[in-house]
Amino acid sequence: MAGTKQNGTGNLSANGQNGYKVIGTRPVRPDGVDKVTGRAVYAADVQMTGLLHGFVLRSPHAHANIRSIDTSKAEALPGVRAVVTAADLPEAPDRVEDLGEGAINLKYLSDNILAHEKVLYHGHAVAAVAAINPHIAEEAAALIEVDYELLPPVMTVDDALAEDAPILLETLRTDSMGEIGTEQTNLASFFRHQRGDLDAGLAGAHLVVDRTYRTETVHQGYIEPHAATALHSADGQITIWTSTQGSFAVRGQVCEILKVPVSRLKVVPTEIGGGFGGKINVYVEPVAVLLSEKAGHEPVKVIMSRADVLAATGPTSGSNIRVKIGVDTDGKITAALAELYYEAGAYPGSPVGAAANVSLAPYAIDNLQVDGYDIIVNRPRSAAYRAPGGTNVAFAVESVVDELAEKLGMDPAEFRILNGAKENDRRPDGLQYAQIGQIETVEAIRDSDHYQSPLEGKYRGRGIASGYWNNWGGQSSATAVLNPDGTVNLNEASTDIGGTRASIAMQLAEAMDIEYEQVKARVVDTDTVSYNDVTGGSRTTFATGLAAYNLGQQLLKDMKSRLADQWEVASADVRYEDGTFSAGSESVPFVEAAGLVQREEPLMASSTVHPQDFGPGFSTQCVDIEVDPDTGKITILRYTIAQDVGKAIHPSYVEGQMQGGVAQGIGWAINEEYIYDDEGHLLNASLLDYRMPTALDLPMIETIMVEVPHPAHPYGVRGVGEVNIVPPAGAVANAVYQATGVRMDKLPISPANLLEAMWAREAEAAELVPGDD
Amino acid sequence: MAKKIAVETTLNGEETIFLCEPRQTLLEALRDNLGLIGSKEGCGNGNCGACNVILDGVLVNSCLVLAPEIEGRSVVTIEGIAENGELHPLQQKFLEHASLQCGICTPGFIVSAKALLDDNADPSEHDVRLWLAGNLCRCTGYDKIVRAVLDVAENDA
Repeated sequence: MAGTKQNGTGNLSANGQNGYKVIGTRPVRPDGVDKVTGRAVYAADVQMTGLLHGFVLRSPHAHANIRSIDTSKAEALPGVRAVVTAADLPEAPDRVEDLGEGAINLKYLSDNILAHEKVLYHGHAVAAVAAINPHIAEEAAALIEVDYELLPPVMTVDDALAEDAPILLETLRTDSMGEIGTEQTNLASFFRHQRGDLDAGLAGAHLVVDRTYRTETVHQGYIEPHAATALHSADGQITIWTSTQGSFAVRGQVCEILKVPVSRLKVVPTEIGGGFGGKINVYVEPVAVLLSEKAGHEPVKVIMSRADVLAATGPTSGSNIRVKIGVDTDGKITAALAELYYEAGAYPGSPVGAAANVSLAPYAIDNLQVDGYDIIVNRPRSAAYRAPGGTNVAFAVESVVDELAEKLGMDPAEFRILNGAKENDRRPDGLQYAQIGQIETVEAIRDSDHYQSPLEGKYRGRGIASGYWNNWGGQSSATAVLNPDGTVNLNEASTDIGGTRASIAMQLAEAMDIEYEQVKARVVDTDTVSYNDVTGGSRTTFATGLAAYNLGQQLLKDMKSRLADQWEVASADVRYEDGTFSAGSESVPFVEAAGLVQREEPLMASSTVHPQDFGPGFSTQCVDIEVDPDTGKITILRYTIAQDVGKAIHPSYVEGQMQGGVAQGIGWAINEEYIYDDEGHLLNASLLDYRMPTALDLPMIETIMVEVPHPAHPYGVRGVGEVNIVPPAGAVANAVYQATGVRMDKLPISPANLLEAMWAREAEAAELVPGDD
Repeated sequence: MAKKIAVETTLNGEETIFLCEPRQTLLEALRDNLGLIGSKEGCGNGNCGACNVILDGVLVNSCLVLAPEIEGRSVVTIEGIAENGELHPLQQKFLEHASLQCGICTPGFIVSAKALLDDNADPSEHDVRLWLAGNLCRCTGYDKIVRAVLDVAENDA
């Protein structure tokens, strides 16, 4: 496979490659100046006349029936304008809809906004207040009296599947490959992917490794808390200003929850302070609308506290995972089994389906079986988190792969190359790969300066791991307006979390052979363009970029056609080269032509796309660590990523996605976890105790962009955002083994967990040597 | 509702008087009473640094300072970093290095980095990482932020 490699960092010069003028350069983003000067307006920054402030009262219990709610004292407090509970929500139908990234029953969706008969997790919303300032709203909420009947909490896979487990959702029945069970249960669904003959493959193996793992609940950790402002106007029109990955996903969910037609709701996306999958589900948006309506059609802003963000939004699943892989004497995998038990939180919908596809994706395996279990527990409803479900299972699989390579005496990179998936191989669910670059990423790591440099010193270790993510195409809409001065206004609805206004505008500029600075990209509301899927699934630069490319093609075509009319030649005779239109003796540069073609009639273009042929992404990573044997603390010494990136439109933002995904993966690997007490109370709902990586916890992160252009995109774009969070936990765990001799069977590899495992290993070693104390 | 207090302060170099409730934090007063939205609330308890301001030359989390406490003192916020319409070198280098993705933490990082460079014009990478450990960024992995700050320091040195 032909490809180029770019070693990232440091190169800030504008050097488009492969004949491109704009693509491959590193221009400043259109929203940049506002963001470094503090002018950019995020969700909590929205101001308007008559603004009221909301506060949401949340359950102090993990699992309880609500006997009654008395709001009279709150309503009587001076300054209070409205109080709402689930009684103010329309009854939701028992029907499953896909309104963002993954399907949910509308009854559960509504119930998660404001609890109806029972609360299902510590932090579950039960009522809300609007008042003239946020302090009065908070005081009023404290005056609401809720009578709870406590129920035993169900916190883990094991609790939930126990024979006499308390039942969370009375009507839930197990969906087992389409067959619906008859018993009450906490197991929402079960599925199996199968091919070849697992038993025969394992029986014929020279060596089998069979291990089980536990990973804890973690949060996306975006720095901007959820916030929304809603105005339910006296004429029935509703506007929501919110920070979201998908304004149309918000519109869809809020319209279903509140039973209003989409024509009555406009969603205006503000700047968004991070999402990572966690800003697709709505939380405070419908509540703000209800409060606004009840408060006499005044606008209401609801901002979540950090504690509420951790307790009631986002997290991704904790999991129990079993992986069993057999190999022959040459190191070829003969068979593999993965059993995935994922905690969905309070309502069905863990990412176990995606996890199953990630599980063994980097490897070519003839005989396999992957079982998935979606299990509800008394934790917040899980949401997507960057390559949802992938990190958990890759930690397990990459640990087993490392152990196999070690026992075979093989280099772990060579093991991955020998067994690597390539074109025409199949993912666990059977999907056949087109052109992919997994083996190339392993080779890039194997050949890197990092992997080739020796690592010396006690308690130091090196680990590698690979990861896969499917990516997505999705639906996008955009319009482009040609200005008479030769600039183009690009209106698109993909909310910009990491520089996509730039990467999309660059593709329009390239398509039209104009300068990046001639394109003015902006993110618009739901009334301005047609439907647009969420910024998620690593799809935005790929799909909305494709729409931008189409817009450029269309504008050029129309410009040629109008010039042809003016010049009285056939449209096909008008050429556009090096920024100049020409036909015969006529010639006009682009900027002048932009005015010329609009003397009689304005010119704009629109494009809608729904590409299906997005390509998956692979990443292989190498980490060096040092363990402090006294404290169990892990220091990350060096980190290198090799990723199959397709074509990097804006290399700085591709590097940024690689580095950011790895930083989150390292946090997941070594520190982050939800800690609950026996009653199901979340004990670490702050950014001090939910410990995300700081600048001091990380080294510079080296990036190797393996550029193999994706054949299904005009510029070779492949989604790059998600896959980098998949390998870090496995890579770190494998490095921990090299450093300490301990194979960790759980995440996080926190100081406490690692010390415990090191001591257990020492104790075991002491027992094995009689007479040695 | 408590009676409001008039606070006299120097805000980004300008003499300023504003009214606030005694319980309002400096962050809340900046955002809601004075319309300066550049300082962000990421956590409300001093762990994320998104609300960093410089108070009499010292870097503080404005969510941990009560608004009446700035009486007679001098506060510099992100809105006061650029001078005479020119971006500060830190702002320029953050843009050049693509040091921001979502940008919500950026004002805090720039204010924090300015306080560092005011104190130490030639920091090592470790100095920068240690100083910025009070600012959380979830998007970038810090690599491009640290490079931008080191780049400014080198150009100034």
